[in-house]
Amino acid sequence: MAHDSNGASPLGDDAIKDLQETALRVREHIIRMSTDGGCFTGASLSCADLIVYLYKQSLNVSPGNLNDPTRDYLFLSKGHDVPALYGTFAELGWIERDRLKNHLKTNDDIYWHPNRNIPGIEYYSGSLGHLLPVAVGVALDCKMRGQNNKIVVITGDGELDEGSNWEALLVAQAYKLDNLLVVVDRNEFQANIRTEDLIPLEPLDKKLEAFGCVVRSVDGHDFNALHTAFSAYPFSQEQPSAIIARTVRGRGLPSIEARADRWFCNFTHEEVEQLLQELHGQGSTTLTSETLTVR
Amino acid sequence: MTYEQFLKNLADRDERLVVMTAENRAAIRGLPPLLGNRFIDTGITEQTMVGAAAGLALRGRIPVAHALACFLTMRAYEFIRTDVGISGLPVKLVGYVPGLLSEANGPTHQAIEDVAIMRGVPPLNVFCPADFNDLMIGIEKIVLDPRPWYIRYTDKPHAVEHSTEFEIGKAEQFGNGTDVALLTYGEMFRHAFQAREMLEAQGKSVRLINLRTLKPLDEEAVLNALRNCALTVTIEDHFRVGGLYSIIAELALENRVTANVEAIGLDNKWFKPALMADVLEYEKLRAVDLVERIMTRFNALG
Repeated sequence: MAHDSNGASPLGDDAIKDLQETALRVREHIIRMSTDGGCFTGASLSCADLIVYLYKQSLNVSPGNLNDPTRDYLFLSKGHDVPALYGTFAELGWIERDRLKNHLKTNDDIYWHPNRNIPGIEYYSGSLGHLLPVAVGVALDCKMRGQNNKIVVITGDGELDEGSNWEALLVAQAYKLDNLLVVVDRNEFQANIRTEDLIPLEPLDKKLEAFGCVVRSVDGHDFNALHTAFSAYPFSQEQPSAIIARTVRGRGLPSIEARADRWFCNFTHEEVEQLLQELHGQGSTTLTSETLTVR
Repeated sequence: MTYEQFLKNLADRDERLVVMTAENRAAIRGLPPLLGNRFIDTGITEQTMVGAAAGLALRGRIPVAHALACFLTMRAYEFIRTDVGISGLPVKLVGYVPGLLSEANGPTHQAIEDVAIMRGVPPLNVFCPADFNDLMIGIEKIVLDPRPWYIRYTDKPHAVEHSTEFEIGKAEQFGNGTDVALLTYGEMFRHAFQAREMLEAQGKSVRLINLRTLKPLDEEAVLNALRNCALTVTIEDHFRVGGLYSIIAELALENRVTANVEAIGLDNKWFKPALMADVLEYEKLRAVDLVERIMTRFNALG
């Protein structure tokens, strides 16, 4: 399924460096949120690059234009990776960095799943298979009004087990929602089992194509590749677009990368410090904290 | 005015209105050419319809979304609860053939727990008109209300001339008798109305309350009935759990009111599928059955 680029100018070295540095800081935030109650660290790390890229380079959305009907939308349907969103918002200056210390505290609204009390978060999610249907409604309205908003939905791959996603794709195809872009964070994991070992999704591109999407597959951690793919959206007139972003769960932390037992992480403070070192390429971490926590 | 005309007129006046359906077009068949792209049929996808309705509402629209009451409220329940309920966006959910109106469809199609589950979603309100006229009297205020609503749709001809004064949370009351208060909503209203006449013919003083909106509830009318009538009767085509009887019980307890209450509804079972007249007879929900049960209870009050 090779697709040519539409000829978007490549990102310059400075832009790449900026994205990489931002993503690194977002990962630091995610790691710091992975203690004192913890969070869904692995899934957050897999989509951090995607989210940083989209907000910094692709989408026209910020707390200042949320009431602008022509702005773009990013719906995070795999809501448990919201620490990547919190971290990105902190780096973009949409929320104060210090606020991340309120993670899981009752004095704020920074908890395990997204909510609209944080400006910039589009909708509540966490229950899987919801935001593709919601985004279909938004895309329908934008079409009705003749507006060219980009409507991006990030889904998990395990999330695609939920039938409502496929329902929504049927409707998106029927209504020719070419303003809709589905991005699958293809980290190859359900919660604690590999997708292909439980409910296989492959050939995922063929499945999405069969449901009416024009599909591209990219390395979800390569900013140049992401830029090429996202710049080409919409991939076709009258059909929704889909990007399968091949990612690694836990990306950036070799100690937890692609480990089935590191889904929800609640590290000790010592582990957090070691993991921050590890993120920066210094040493590896011996993890003793509880695994396979169900949240 | 027909229901379609109402939606068409409102759509002309208010650009926020969009009409949706999960391929249940019974009441809105003529609308597609009139509304153009503001008529959205998502196919047999109650979940996606409700999710998309939330998305449309997020963009400032007022979606009026139609499906069979049982599939709308149950297949899509979590989408209602999560996508509409948590946000509180003004999505209007219109359920066809609720309660006994599903007649011979069978238990798969019986929405007789819909009031219980819809009122359980915090911001969601519940409108249960007695008949088509009652629906049309209230519908505009419901659709333009800034909150989300569940509407028990009915196209049944009117049982009586209804008061055209409609206020959300205000019941329609017939009479002010103190022997028996009949509290009801929806399709059972017509039978309760008949029962009232029969009870009065037997010398009982009766009040009949058509609640119209079960949430918010006309607490004053209900508490007056509980406090001032020898016997209060709840009459509903719904499971006893979670419906009007439960609502009254909650209200009474909150207000430290004790009362004699006879609960007439569907007790822990689905009803016998058949045409309406036969269902009513089989389930003992005809006016004559209601009267018999009410008089038995009334005479036992001592």
